[in-house]
Formats: sequence, structure tokens, C-alpha cells
Amino acid sequence: MTKQVQPLDRVIIRFAGDSGDGMQLAGDRFTQETATFGNDLSTLPNFPAEIRAPAGTLPGVSSFQLHFADHDILTPGDAPDVLVAMNPAALAANLPDLPRGADIIANTDEFSKRSLSRIGYSSNPLEDGSLSAYRVHAVAITSMTVKALEEFDITRKDAERAKNMFALGLLSWLYSRPTDGTVKFLESKFAAKPEIMKANIAAFQAGWNYGETTEEFSVQYEVKPASLKPGTYRNITGNTALAYGLVAAARRSGLPLFLGSYPITPASDILHELSKLKRFGVRTFQAEDEISGVGAALGAAFGGALGVTTTSGPGMALKAETIGLAASVELPLVVCDIQRAGPSTGMPTKTEQADLLMALFGRNGESPVAVLAPATPADCFDTAMEAVRIAVKYRTPVIILSDGYLANGSEPWCVPEVAQLPRLRDEFSFASPNDWRGPDGQPNFQPFLRDPQTLARPWAIPGTPGLEHRIGGIEKASGAGTISYDPANHDSMVRLRQAKIDGISADIGPLEVDDPTGDAAVLVLGWGSTFGSIGAAVRRIRLGGGSVAQAHLRYLSPLPANLGDVLRSYRKVLVPEINLGQLALLLRGRYLVDVISYNRVRGLPFRASELASVIQEVIKNG
Amino acid sequence: MAEISHADDGAADVARRPGSLTLVPAADEKLTTKDFKSDQEVRWCPGCGDYAILAAFQAFLPELGIPRENVVVISGIGCSSRLPYYVDTYGMHSIHGRAPAIATGLAATRPDLSVWVITGDGDALSIGGNHLIHALRRNINIKILLFNNRIYGLTKGQYSPTSEQGKITKSTPFGSLDTPFNPISLALGAEAGFVARTVDSDRKHLTSVLRAAADHRGAAFIEIYQNCPIFNDDAFAPLTAPETRDDRVVRLEHGQPIRFGAQGQFGLRFGRYGSLEVAEVSGTDPQTLLVHNAEEADPSYAFALSRLDVPGFAHTPIGVYRRVARPTYDDAMTAQISDARARQGEGDLAALLAGPDTWQVG
Ligand code: SF4
Repeated sequence: MTKQVQPLDRVIIRFAGDSGDGMQLAGDRFTQETATFGNDLSTLPNFPAEIRAPAGTLPGVSSFQLHFADHDILTPGDAPDVLVAMNPAALAANLPDLPRGADIIANTDEFSKRSLSRIGYSSNPLEDGSLSAYRVHAVAITSMTVKALEEFDITRKDAERAKNMFALGLLSWLYSRPTDGTVKFLESKFAAKPEIMKANIAAFQAGWNYGETTEEFSVQYEVKPASLKPGTYRNITGNTALAYGLVAAARRSGLPLFLGSYPITPASDILHELSKLKRFGVRTFQAEDEISGVGAALGAAFGGALGVTTTSGPGMALKAETIGLAASVELPLVVCDIQRAGPSTGMPTKTEQADLLMALFGRNGESPVAVLAPATPADCFDTAMEAVRIAVKYRTPVIILSDGYLANGSEPWCVPEVAQLPRLRDEFSFASPNDWRGPDGQPNFQPFLRDPQTLARPWAIPGTPGLEHRIGGIEKASGAGTISYDPANHDSMVRLRQAKIDGISADIGPLEVDDPTGDAAVLVLGWGSTFGSIGAAVRRIRLGGGSVAQAHLRYLSPLPANLGDVLRSYRKVLVPEINLGQLALLLRGRYLVDVISYNRVRGLPFRASELASVIQEVIKNG
Repeated sequence: MAEISHADDGAADVARRPGSLTLVPAADEKLTTKDFKSDQEVRWCPGCGDYAILAAFQAFLPELGIPRENVVVISGIGCSSRLPYYVDTYGMHSIHGRAPAIATGLAATRPDLSVWVITGDGDALSIGGNHLIHALRRNINIKILLFNNRIYGLTKGQYSPTSEQGKITKSTPFGSLDTPFNPISLALGAEAGFVARTVDSDRKHLTSVLRAAADHRGAAFIEIYQNCPIFNDDAFAPLTAPETRDDRVVRLEHGQPIRFGAQGQFGLRFGRYGSLEVAEVSGTDPQTLLVHNAEEADPSYAFALSRLDVPGFAHTPIGVYRRVARPTYDDAMTAQISDARARQGEGDLAALLAGPDTWQVG
């Protein structure tokens, strides 16, 4: 039967099921198919912290949302057009997000009386008319999968497990996705288990065929490729981009990469990724704890390596003392904090931006460091390279504030040419004995004599003759670097360390403001992962004829030199953050500007629609 | 690591060099004690045992036959941890308890360095206990010198994790409640391959233990009994007083029968359940008297030795308890990298960034 093909400019789909149902995998594959097809896209995986929460319960629901379009998009979308619900819990957990008229594809096999009552349904919502505002497609996904796999020599359990591939096949048909990639993927994933491999491919094809033949689906959709800037593209998550940025920085700086890290959600994938890259000379050290991870990275940096540590909030708290030591001994160190909802354990798999003030100030004494935040998953690559540049050039710890949303979310990335990447080896050099000789020709090394431009101290690595020296956390005499308790020296060193960080602002360019009409009265200023949501919201306002300016901070320390002027040139400044107003506090303190703070801390990114109405409100109140 | 000078320079001398230093270049010239003295004024209390240890260490370093610049001394916090300032090599006086972690990162990336950790009983066994045990089990090529004075000196006299139970100090006016650690037992339990004990006042012995540690590839743990005359004077008096020392101190020498007492009249033999007991040599079946074997693979014997000092230094073995070679973490890490390069080729950055699934636009 030939079906009607309806063109769409964008679609948001959400796969939802038990955490054991393979929804993340189905979502990943659909994303890859969509990327290969050439749509622009943005993803939002959302899963419980428990590895296998009790089956069929609301806390056990795992979902994967994907927004794809024929034009460039900024967020994973607010409200799904299609929900795949593998069980009643997945339906109940996600229904509040669905707009009227959305499609629901429900796996009827799991809607038994028992599983319905387990989450408080007294009747079956697929049948009792309570979903009349939606287009419900009742599909017996599990039993059709099992039936399609009858001929394979696998257990019933393995057959049932392939139901995610059936669902993926059906969705792939519905949105005319290319399927070769998924078949190839299954071939390699299950290469060691040929029967399981064939069964999964068969389940995937059965899902596709079901879509094509059943009358349940009368329309097939088509979303044309987006016209992105020319280049070679791939899809990439924030954590992978961050890992690759570090590897690229190591290559472009000529420094060996050393990662000291302790497993923690949602940062562990960076450790996993880098531990595979031994052929790049990358050394990964899974330490006994967070403190050892950063300590080892600092030790490696003392020896002339690119020392990096990766963590999330609780680990940041533990690393604070060592980051303070790095600030005091003035060695390069890159600290990646993949923020998650806190305080304490908080919600490990959910996103938040509440470590900003800890990154800036969370150490004893005056302990300034550079702090950068990536704006999108792909931007994690550039931010990592930039963090390394600042660290090696200024001999300072640099903290990267990514978060759970960027870490696991993905988007198409125009893969850069290696030769075009910043040449970091031009940004620094190790101290050489020839630069440190007195008039008598004897070595006269001064480990804390600063470069007049950058205020960086020399990076003299062990093995260099004549530059033997001792560093430590005790205050050092400016220049000589020997222990000093002199009051005036301490005052001067405290100011010098701060001045060094402040001076980086001359090296990062001004904050750019996107204000196309030039007559906006309201500026929306964000930082980090809210870039997409704010951008999409701003777009909505402008499409509706409104004027609004947008600026986004990548550098939180030092702040761009022109920030004060930018803030003062708008009548109102709105600062949306996924915390209780940490940047706002900083801006008010630094610039005496009465910014308007907008805060939600739900463990999720902002919805564009929500921000648009907040912006609208601020504009209206003039 | 093109910018970092590597081991090859001195490859011809490898055979002569101590076991932990085979990847470290040889010194061009003969160095002396003076070369390892920094210009900083040494500031421990008069009579502190740290002076003797520092002097022995500085006098020993030239023996390594490696350049000054390839020696790194890393410490934590405490009286002993000031030591790096006084040694004219590369050094870092870091933060409390973390020296083994910092040294691990350095040793793992720089096999051309000789890395020494200076720590104390509070630094290594209290706040830094976790790093110590993991550095030992991992067997990273670092030498850890634990100055044990059984007290907190720098914070002015609180009891430490090696203080005897019931110790009256400023923080325990009614006596300390906790059972102390036996550092040797702890190190053995942490899978250390090299474990030794020595005393600050016996320069010759101290130097011989340093020598043995330098010759051991992998983590080496040396407990040094160090007298703190200010807050815990004479803590080790039974081991140094002429009237008691001969009966108390048991000198361990690999391959030699264990003998102690003024006339060497005592030996050791296994009792029931694996513990050791003291036996008079005369009247004991010589077959049952132990000959010290530091290379015994099973640590049970070394552990039994470490328990002889209970209670109150009853019998206290000094010397190398255990010296068993096993693969080091840093060597294995380097091997994995060369292996990956041999099998997969040097990493291709462009291929990595692109990954397997790309598409073209335009
Ligand atoms: S307090 Fe004790 S250990 Fe510290 S320097 Fe003085 S004597 Fe030595």
C-alpha cells in the first residue's frame, strides 16, 4: 500500500521505557540515522541514576528525546510530537509534557491490569478515552517482536529484549530514516553472537515493515536535510567532544596528556573515552579518590605534562585544596566539572549550573583561577582547547564548567581540519637554563619571576639542569620563590595572582552581543549550557516582531573586559540560570547592575517556550 | 614528549645503576653531598632527628650516580615535610597527606626521574592514609620515607596514629583512646613490595636501607624512627639505650641467620598459628631458627616479623623486611602505550575527530 508522505520542517520524538528497555540505544541509533541523513538535531537523554530501577515504576523510566529539523535548531525541543511509551509508567511519566494532538505509540503488551495498577491507573488509558486529545497508536510491540523472531535460536527473553529495535524500525519508517547505519551497527555490536545479531536486525526490519503495511499509520513523514555550512559533519556528545578537545590540545601543544580521574556521573565517559586513546600517548589514571586524581594531574603538570582531572560537583568539593595548591604553585592544570544537580549527591544524572560560585571562589584564601563554560555539546571541543591554551600560557588552573545536559546531549559537529586548530605550542615554552644565568655565568633561577606581559612564572620542569627549585603551598617570595612570611610580600603576591587571572581578559576578546535591530531594550545574558534554550527563546520573540538582545558568556573568570559596558547599555538585563542566581549575584556585585534573575532548578534544561514568555514579560514591563 | 629529555642519553650505564633508576640518565660528573644542599637555612628544633635523616639523605644522593636535576623530592605537610626545601634538587612541598598522589602523576609521566616522597606519621597514616596504601599496592616507582615520631610536631603536640594508646597529649588530657597503626604491618597489608625500617640515629643503617630502596624498582616504603625531642622525647629510647637495645633491636639481613642480644644469643622461630617467637640459640634445634629471607614471595613471614614489637618495642626488627619484585604501574602504563601504538599505529587525530559516521554538506 502506498502511503501519503507529508513534509515537516521539524519533529520532536521521545522514546520512553523502563531503564532496561534499551531506550537510550534506540535513541542513539535514531540520532545517528538522522545525522547521517543531514538534519540538524539536538538530543536530551534523561535516565535514572539507578542502573536498574524496579521495572515498571515511575522512577525506573528512562527516556531519550530528539529534535531534528530541516533548518538549524538550538535545543532538544520543549514538547514531543511523538511519544513512544514502552509501558504504562513511561506513558504516565511523559504525558504531562505532550501537547494536544501529539502521537502516542504505546506498547500494548505491557499494559496489563497488574502493571497499570502498579502506577495507579484504575483503567487502561489506551481504551478508556482519557487520551482522546492525542492520536494513540496501540501497537503490540513485544509480542510482534517475539513472533518475528520465532525462527531464531534464541531465548524468549532475548527475543523480548529486541523490542527496542522493533520500535526503532517503526520510527525509522515513520520518518523515512536511512537504515544501513543501524544494520551495520548491529552487525558489529553483536559480532560475537551471530544469532542475537540476526534477531536484532530482523526485529528492526519487522518494525519498519509493520509501519509500511499496517493501516494504523496512514502517513509517513519526511524532514528534508538542513542546509548547514559546508563541511564534513558528525554527531557528537559533549563528553566526547571534551575528550577529543583535550587530545587535540595535547597534540597541538606537544605535551603528553595525563588524566587523573575518579569515576563519577556524569563525567566518567570522558575517562572512558580517553582510556581508549593510548595510541595517542594518552595516560589515564583511575585514582583511589578524587583528591588523588587531581593530585596526580598536578604532579604530572610539574613534570611537564598536560595534567587534567575530570569530575562532577561532589568531586569538585574534594579537589578544592589541590586546586588551591595549583593556584599557589602556579602550574597549568585543567579541571573539568561536569555539573549535576546538588547539593551533596543530589540527582546525579540530572543537569544543573549550581557549581559556578564554587568554581570561582570555593577554596581557602584568595585563590583566583580561570573558569570557562561551553555553550553546546560540540562547543566542549573548542572550550577544552581554549582551557588548555590559557592553562599553559598563564600557568594556572582552568576550570571547565560543563554539565549533564551538554555531557550526554549531542548535536551535529562540523569536524575541524587538524591544521586549522590553534597551534598551542606557540603559546608557551619550558624554561631553559640559558635564560637564567647571572653575570658570572652561573645559574640564577628565579622560579617566581614573572613574564611582564602575562605575569606567568617560568615553567621549569625536572630534568632541566641548573633550574632546580622547590615550590609549595607556603607563601613564596616574589621572584626568588623561597618561603616568605613577609607581610608586604604576601599582599603583593595575592594581588599578582589575581592580576594574572584578570589580565587574561585582554587575551579573550570582547563579549559579542547579538542585537540585530540595535534597538533592543532588554538583553538576555546567559552562560554555559543554557545557550540553546535562550537562543531559541530569543528567536521566538524576534519572529513575533519583538526586539531583544542576546549575549552568552564563555569566560566566567576573568569576565570579558567590556561586560560592564554591555550591561549598562541595556535598560534591562535578564539572566536565566539553572541555579538560584549565582551569575546574577556576581554581576550585581561587580558592576552594580540590577539584573533580573530567572531561575529554575529542575534538573532539566530550560524550555524555549518558558524562557520566551519570561522575556516577553520583561519587555512588556519595559 | 619531545621536549622532555629522556633516558637514552645514559643507556650504556644502565647496568651499573640502581634498579629503580634504569631509565634515568647517568650523571656526567661525580656529585658530592654539597651539591645536594640548598641555600635555605634548616629550621627544625635543635636536636630534632630530622637533621640526621637529612644529612644521611644528602650524603647518600651522590651515590645514585644521576644528575641532580633528575631527582625530585615531594612532601606533604608536617615537620618532616619541610625537607625538600633543604635539598638542592627539584622539589614540591605540597598539601597534607597528598604527596604520594602527586608523586604518582609525576612518576607515571616521567620515568627518567628519581622520585622521593617525604612524609610523617600524621601525614601518611592519618590524613593521607588512602594515598599511601594505594601507591603501595599500585607499585608506582617512588620511594616513600615515613618519618615516624609518634606525635604531631608542627601542630604542637597532639597524639598521632602511631602514638601508643593512653598517650597524654594536649588533645588527649585523659589519654588517647585509639589503637596505633604499625606502619610496617600496614604497608605489608597494602601489598608493598619493598618494606623496611630504620632509625634516625644509625646513619650507616639508614644509608644502607636507602640504598636498598633505590635498588628496588617499584614502590618502596621505609619507616624511619625519628626522635622529636620537643613533644615526644625518647619515644624510641628502648631501642637506643645501651642497657636495652641489644635485646630489643633485631637487625635483619637477607640470607643471614637472625641473631640478637648482646652475645647474639637469641634467634627467632615460628610459633603456633604463624606468629614468631624468640628462642635462645643454645638449646634450640638450629633447623627451626630462622634465616632472614626478604625475598619470600608470601608476605606472612614479614608480617609476623612486624608484630614482634608489641608491646612497647619488645623486639623491634630493623632493616629490609621485604623486597619482592613485581611489575610496576608506571612501566606497565608505558608498555600499554607502546603496545597500542605497535598494534594500531600512532594516533591519527583527523580520523579520531571524524569518527566512523560522517556526512558531507555542500
Ligand atoms: S617539633 Fe619535633 S619533629 Fe618537629 S622540628 Fe621540632 S623536634 Fe623536630
